[in-house]
Amino acid sequence: MSASLDKGVRVLKEVIDAPIASYFNSCVHCGLCAEACLFYTETGDPKYTPIHKLEPLRRLYNQEYTLLGRLAKMVGLSKPVTDAELAEWQELVYNSCTLCGRCSVVCPVGNDIVYMVRKFREGMSASGHAPDGLKGAVTRTVNIGSPMGIKLPAVKAQMKHVEADYGIEIPLDLEGAEYLVMLSSMEIINFPEYLGAIAKIMRHAGKTWTLCSEAFEATNAGMQIGNSDLARVIVKRIVDGAEKLKVKTVISPECGHAYTALRWEGANLVGKPFTFKVQHIIEVLEEFRLAGLLKTEGMETDRLTFHDPCQLARRGGVIQPQRNLMAMIAKDFHEMPDAGFMNWCCGGGGGASAIEEGEELRLEAFKKKKSQLDAVKPKRLVTACANCRIVIEEGLEHYQMNLPVVGLTETIAEHIPDPVGKD
Amino acid sequence: MDQLLLLTWARGTGLNLALSIFVLGVIWRLIEIYSLGRKQDLSAPRDVPGASGWHTIFRRSVPPPGMLKASPVSYIGGYVFHVGLAVVIFLFAPHIELIKNLLGLSWPGLPSQMVDFITVVTMAAMVVVLIDRITKPVKRFLSTFGDWFTWTLTFLPLLTGWLAVHHLLLPYTLMLALHILSVELLLICLPFTKLFHAFTVFGSRWYNGAVNGHKGVPV
Repeated sequence: MSASLDKGVRVLKEVIDAPIASYFNSCVHCGLCAEACLFYTETGDPKYTPIHKLEPLRRLYNQEYTLLGRLAKMVGLSKPVTDAELAEWQELVYNSCTLCGRCSVVCPVGNDIVYMVRKFREGMSASGHAPDGLKGAVTRTVNIGSPMGIKLPAVKAQMKHVEADYGIEIPLDLEGAEYLVMLSSMEIINFPEYLGAIAKIMRHAGKTWTLCSEAFEATNAGMQIGNSDLARVIVKRIVDGAEKLKVKTVISPECGHAYTALRWEGANLVGKPFTFKVQHIIEVLEEFRLAGLLKTEGMETDRLTFHDPCQLARRGGVIQPQRNLMAMIAKDFHEMPDAGFMNWCCGGGGGASAIEEGEELRLEAFKKKKSQLDAVKPKRLVTACANCRIVIEEGLEHYQMNLPVVGLTETIAEHIPDPVGKD
Repeated sequence: MDQLLLLTWARGTGLNLALSIFVLGVIWRLIEIYSLGRKQDLSAPRDVPGASGWHTIFRRSVPPPGMLKASPVSYIGGYVFHVGLAVVIFLFAPHIELIKNLLGLSWPGLPSQMVDFITVVTMAAMVVVLIDRITKPVKRFLSTFGDWFTWTLTFLPLLTGWLAVHHLLLPYTLMLALHILSVELLLICLPFTKLFHAFTVFGSRWYNGAVNGHKGVPV
């Protein structure tokens, strides 16, 4: 993977399409996108204005695809994009953008800014200007199988633990199962309760499911860094696994970007429509609920709120199901201001949480989540993304807030009664 | 006599030239932008009512939740001067007369006193958004020569038109000639500056609505 400015520019020329051209021509420099970006609202620094994060891409577009821009470049009025400039932009394109897409839903001329940042990252990555933390995550995912370096034996050990704790067998490579369950590294290492919850819920709903030994990791650092070639390698494993096991549906775990990578980018990365369905676990639970297959017992009585992962809600179209599910088990549920479609990011999405040098800024941006939480004062926070969960836990610790964060799937599973007649 | 000559040129050759550059420029720029095309989305769509490009073309004219409060001057100032411009350009009787001569199309106008009032309000709104651009750190940070230039290009026709109607500052003939010339300058520059958003705004909103509508998100 030899990166160079030439390669980066070539890649950028390839990714520029009619939407991007239309967006750049529509921008009137009103700056409203800044008001939608937590990196601006929490720092007040204008350089974090979303459209500004695309300045090198805009210039390149002008120079390559417009008559006047080409003329300006020829006579030296428009300076070429340089390595030094892209290096300077790394912080703006990665550390201070979580691909949350809030800017895209407020721009008055309709510019889909996050669409452009995602494409700009392709050139940043090809020119060698992606952050080291993300580079490492991608390399580990491609070479080892997961961004945290987890291999199959670790998953098998996890399966054994869960089998012992829950007394339910965890199927592996079960051909013809209805569901293929994917995991995120975070869940394998930090949140084993997720796998236990799945086992419990699937037994309760009477559904067949399986893990796949060749494809267990759902997260896609290739997409986050902006390298479609590597993102394709990662997605292809899941496609191959799903096709080999002939499953009907692949379940994306409680991870926002895994969902975007698989549900929306996956088919485009491999170049053909999927032969199976992709659903986030929350969509599956909602389907079970509607079909009467999810019968919970008892209610949580403490004050709860829900953090919408950006990629699930605003970027993924799943907003109401999590609320319907919360209503099944929460007596004292309160929405944060701007919850749902306009929710604020945890500050660590889009690969940002893997960037070590971005930590200080991330904690600064977390003040937005803090203010949302301060408005509700919950006793526990429920979410449906392991990455949000880790980032929020770090933020809470930094600001010395004592607030447990839990996953929705495991919380639902706790309310599923044990089958009668079995122990 | 020179003033009359200038007015005659502005109304004849000048207008033809400006309109030609405007029309050809718009066509050229639209081709330059939209012929780039885009790749087909192969992911399975999620159908949700209200989530489409066409919906977003209209929906994005209304501030999303929380945004009006975050930037009231941008929204209110923006609405006033855009609507004001449209009214002044298309509902002032002499303008309708000109369009009738050029295209054969005509419609009823507003009383000139009302147009006069709207012109003043529009200019005031433009001054307010200009001050906002100068004083707000983000707007100032984003501003380039093009922003100040296009503001001037848009403001001059309003100012000269209003002065001409009121026979102020300069002889009427000269002011009218300057008014028409300022409009011609605006027409010539429009396709090649940020003013071209007057055309691309529809395409941009449509793409945004379509891309997100594919995911079942009404944006």
